[in-house]
Amino acid sequence: MDNTTLKEKVLSLVPGAEFLENKQYITFIIPVEKMHDLARNLKNEPEFNFDYLFCLSGVDMVKYLEIVYHLESTTHRHELVLKVRTADRENPAVDTVCDIWKTADFHEREVYDLLGIKFNHHPDMRRIFLDDDWKGHPLRKDYIDEVNIVEL
Amino acid sequence: MKEVINLPVKNIEEEEYHINMGPQHPSTHGVLRLVVSLQGEIVKNLKPHCGYIHRGIEKMCEKNTYPQIIHLTDRLDYLSAHINNHAVCLLVEKALEIEVPERIKYIRTIIDELNRIASHQLWWCSFGMDLGGLTCFFYGLRDREHILDIFEESFGSRLLHSYYTPGGLIQDVHPNFQKRVKDFIKYFRKKIKDYDDILTGNIIMQERTKGIGLLTKEDAISYGVTGPSGRGSGFSCDVRKHHPYSMYSNVEFNEILFHEGDTFARYMVRMHEMRESMKIIEQLIDNIPAGDYTAKMKAVLKLPVGEYFQRVEAARGEFGVYVVSDGNKTPYRMKFRSPNFSNLSALDHISREGKIADLVAIGGSLDYVIPDIDR
Amino acid sequence: MKETDFKDNSTLELFKKSGGNILLSSVDALIDWGRSNSIWPLTFATACCGIEMMATGASRHDFSRFGIEVYRASPRQADVIVVAGTIVNKMAPVLKRLYDQMSEPKYVIAMGACAVSGGPFYYNSYHVVRGVDHVIPVDVYVPGCPPRPEALLYGIMQLQRKIKLETIANPRKSPNT
Repeated sequence: MDNTTLKEKVLSLVPGAEFLENKQYITFIIPVEKMHDLARNLKNEPEFNFDYLFCLSGVDMVKYLEIVYHLESTTHRHELVLKVRTADRENPAVDTVCDIWKTADFHEREVYDLLGIKFNHHPDMRRIFLDDDWKGHPLRKDYIDEVNIVEL
Repeated sequence: MKEVINLPVKNIEEEEYHINMGPQHPSTHGVLRLVVSLQGEIVKNLKPHCGYIHRGIEKMCEKNTYPQIIHLTDRLDYLSAHINNHAVCLLVEKALEIEVPERIKYIRTIIDELNRIASHQLWWCSFGMDLGGLTCFFYGLRDREHILDIFEESFGSRLLHSYYTPGGLIQDVHPNFQKRVKDFIKYFRKKIKDYDDILTGNIIMQERTKGIGLLTKEDAISYGVTGPSGRGSGFSCDVRKHHPYSMYSNVEFNEILFHEGDTFARYMVRMHEMRESMKIIEQLIDNIPAGDYTAKMKAVLKLPVGEYFQRVEAARGEFGVYVVSDGNKTPYRMKFRSPNFSNLSALDHISREGKIADLVAIGGSLDYVIPDIDR
Repeated sequence: MKETDFKDNSTLELFKKSGGNILLSSVDALIDWGRSNSIWPLTFATACCGIEMMATGASRHDFSRFGIEVYRASPRQADVIVVAGTIVNKMAPVLKRLYDQMSEPKYVIAMGACAVSGGPFYYNSYHVVRGVDHVIPVDVYVPGCPPRPEALLYGIMQLQRKIKLETIANPRKSPNT
């Protein structure tokens, strides 16, 4: 499927999606509550068939926290990037996609560990790299560590 | 008179017990802790505990400039160090829209493939050792030393060279490079037949690996298992074929696919990949064009505002670098899509209902390197 | 011996020959000869330096000719722990427990820049222990990132010389916590 058709089809599925210009891949910002259903559609519809989630990252833009999903289809070979934003820094929560793509299990645990974003309905929501009693989430921009981190 | 107390008799075989294959273990290939629930000898459940080598590299990258980040990506998956560096260099060059000279592309591709052979040699020697064949350890490392000699002559060190830099290489290759690589290919083509004689045809090895650790193609795609482990299940995921970079679009090589999905298929994929890598090197080694060893770069590299993603085929799978840049000389956020992280997430699924001895063989065939998981 | 007198290794061995009484010194010589020429390490490799340690044990730079015949998987049976690789906050209690489980006499070689002082991860890492000597006492430091196999062999030879200086009149005691 070429890029313009893909863009139109996604916009028709989620009218509230915001398209970002001039990016390397087709990129959309999806409202938080619509993400899970859209993800299920993208995986199961034969015309999309986005079955390979190759990267799930979390980014801390100071005003909001962002989760970026990089998707690819192994049959049609088209790629798509979806972003989900949440402005809540105290208790950010997003629906999990690990029932759709099993690789998201570990990736979401990593995002929780390093950025503090919780995923609803995740089977095992706990820290993966740091100790269970570690205070704070290191990859956040307001993480203070006077001893180790040198401010440029 | 003694009283006879009737206690309920529990059937011990039906109880599950947990054992800890702790961070220090000869066959976990690094510091990985596996808490295995067993019923007798059958594995019921497996929980990996990572983080014993989590060095916080992603946070460190936010304070380092792009040429300095090369030294950190070296230490992620140190067995395919050049390929990791290649990803960062390609990303910076794409973002700054710099065209590197042809000579650089040839040399980078040849060194990547040599690195892939060296990594697979080390995999072979540790896989054989895990199954009990200690000869493989010595044979694999003996042949790997030849590649490390070539590296040492051109780059100055045996492991972790940080040889690529955004824009090219830090120095030109040694004049002997071409001859030594050709000699190595001639030598290794003979030796790889020995590898097949020792391990591939061995009846014990075949009994221990055929039909063990089955991973279907749908599961491989869903778990994101790429690289030789994914190709052993029929998942066509070679980034060199689907999203070519450097000289890969100009050389002929096959993508090795096996469809059985068991440990033996993953083993055979890597054995054939070593031969394919030698084929790629042979096509390129005689035609390296003359030229500069680096493009003209500014002293301070500042990427334009935006997001960039670069994928390369590391020895263990698809390695990706995702950069969010805000225009400064250091990245705002740098995320590494590590192949071993996704490969490890499938370990629980494929080792269930197998014996604990098979777990060692499965772990060896998935070939994970723990610092890449933990970053 | 004062640190300023440690000029080179031959000074060490001369010092050893000339000091001590006759009876104990031959017993010492026998025990130290036995201990130093048969140091068996624990299988412990965290990161990249582990590959260079494996290469040191392979056929080109064979450290079996120095007495390191086999690697022992169990800490009770090992003499030396070669800490090869970075130690992080989560791994430090495990390392301490392994060191405590080893039986006397035990030695530690810190291999690689990460084990010596935190290495390339010294600045800006929130999870790395800057040097393994924050956790366990170290006998020999081998710098390099990663150190060449020859450097590790030199480190092992230094450890052998250090062991040859011991005497049973004043046995070596590891600090106990």
